[in-house]
Amino acid sequence: MTYIVEMKNVNQSFYTDSSEIQVLENFNLKLNSGRILAIIGPSGSGKTTILNILTSLIKPTGGEVIINGKIGYMFQKDHLLEWRNIIDNITIGLEIQKKLNDEAMQKIERLLKIYDLWEFRKNYPKQLSGGMRQRVALIRTLATSPDLLLLDEPFSALDYQTRLLVSNDIYKIIKNEHKEAILVTHDISEAISIADEVCVLSKRPAAVKKMYNIELTIEGEKTPLNARKAPEFKDYFDALWKELDVYD
Amino acid sequence: MTNTEKSEGYKQYLWQKKKKYTILFWQMFLTVGFIGIWELLARYEIVNTFLVSSPSQIYKLFISYVADGSLFKHVGISVWETILGFTLGTLLGIIIAIFLWWSETLAKILDPVLVVLNALPKTALAPILIVWAGAGIQGIVVTAITISIVTTILSAYNYFIHVDEDKIKMLKSFGASKMQILTKLILPANVANIINIVKINIGLSWVGVIVGEFLVSRYGIGYLIVYGGQVFRLDLVMMGVAVLAICAFIMYSIVNVIEKYISQKE
Repeated sequence: MTYIVEMKNVNQSFYTDSSEIQVLENFNLKLNSGRILAIIGPSGSGKTTILNILTSLIKPTGGEVIINGKIGYMFQKDHLLEWRNIIDNITIGLEIQKKLNDEAMQKIERLLKIYDLWEFRKNYPKQLSGGMRQRVALIRTLATSPDLLLLDEPFSALDYQTRLLVSNDIYKIIKNEHKEAILVTHDISEAISIADEVCVLSKRPAAVKKMYNIELTIEGEKTPLNARKAPEFKDYFDALWKELDVYD
Repeated sequence: MTNTEKSEGYKQYLWQKKKKYTILFWQMFLTVGFIGIWELLARYEIVNTFLVSSPSQIYKLFISYVADGSLFKHVGISVWETILGFTLGTLLGIIIAIFLWWSETLAKILDPVLVVLNALPKTALAPILIVWAGAGIQGIVVTAITISIVTTILSAYNYFIHVDEDKIKMLKSFGASKMQILTKLILPANVANIINIVKINIGLSWVGVIVGEFLVSRYGIGYLIVYGGQVFRLDLVMMGVAVLAICAFIMYSIVNVIEKYISQKE
């Protein structure tokens, strides 16, 4: 069986003049197609390091990383460029990759229409709400047709209500477009409500402490909002809370 | 809905509006008053007109310089030198700042040189520069450039390196090259800052041009001022300064209009 992402015995150390800090130790991770994986862990446990390795922003000190497909990165903040209107913000990735053609524009048009941003395409980012901006940021990433989405605490800059709504929207977009995603978060309930699998990291040097398959009884289609109402939700919450709590 | 009874908040708002005109009135009043009192004191010989001249005398001189066309020649040359000075100073400064941004090593190597040059009063270099570049417009323009270029390099470089790291990371996640990061992020993110640099450079260029003209020129506003000083014609000096102030103000206003236009577009 081939995985979308496979990290085998990855080690990562950072060096300073006085010491060596090992951040990842024999780190293993697999992601099946069509799944959303959430990584949670104590702060400073190396969550962002994992994403930086996956996007090859840094090269691991040791081990093997196999990625089948193209990666799209979604950040904590939307990082929209204030001097570009919405459509030009969305096309920036394609511009950089010199892939801006009619076919790509049609795809963007479709995404904008589905996700209620079409009438705002000529507006500037400062005229949009936080949730809309985050949706624009996701479409900007999707426009380059990535196979795998990496989400680095993508909702943490939003207020609580917007956060719930936006995570709902983003979840739908990911599932509708049939993408895989790795979500890094420190919010336990967010991880349970969005992900199919949750990976708990140990404290530094990080290794996979435990994997949870999230199986919730939900009537109808799963969304992050109604996932929170599932009877198993609080059990997963308690279990994950304990996993993290040990290190305080 | 219209209320015949004005609310407290609305009254406050109207009062604020009125205040704007009050300020304008006082500005006018002070200017006219200052010139009027100066004129009266000079006319009744309470002050020595040889030292302080008088507004009417300066005005008469101004008219005679306008009538024989020589004022336009002087103003034209100085304005041209200043425009050359600040455009070249800004452009070259920004290009050098781009190189420094491009190579952190280069920036570190040149750091002490720039710090020293920045602390040094560049007018001290004017005599050398004029000897090197030639005692005409070239020497004066080079002086103007030298005065504006160092601050341009330092402030532009500083603006460039303080563009949000995460935005750079965002572009890199799409595989952006350094050139693309420069053209799609660093430069457009700093348009407002570059306009500010231009504003500062207009002032600095005028300093360079006037100093240069003091030293070598046979034309220009700086020449008028220094010539007037040498022959003790203080009305000529004061007219020069007044014309200089007007020119600088007009240039500054033009940049302000451009700035407004750009910020509206955004």
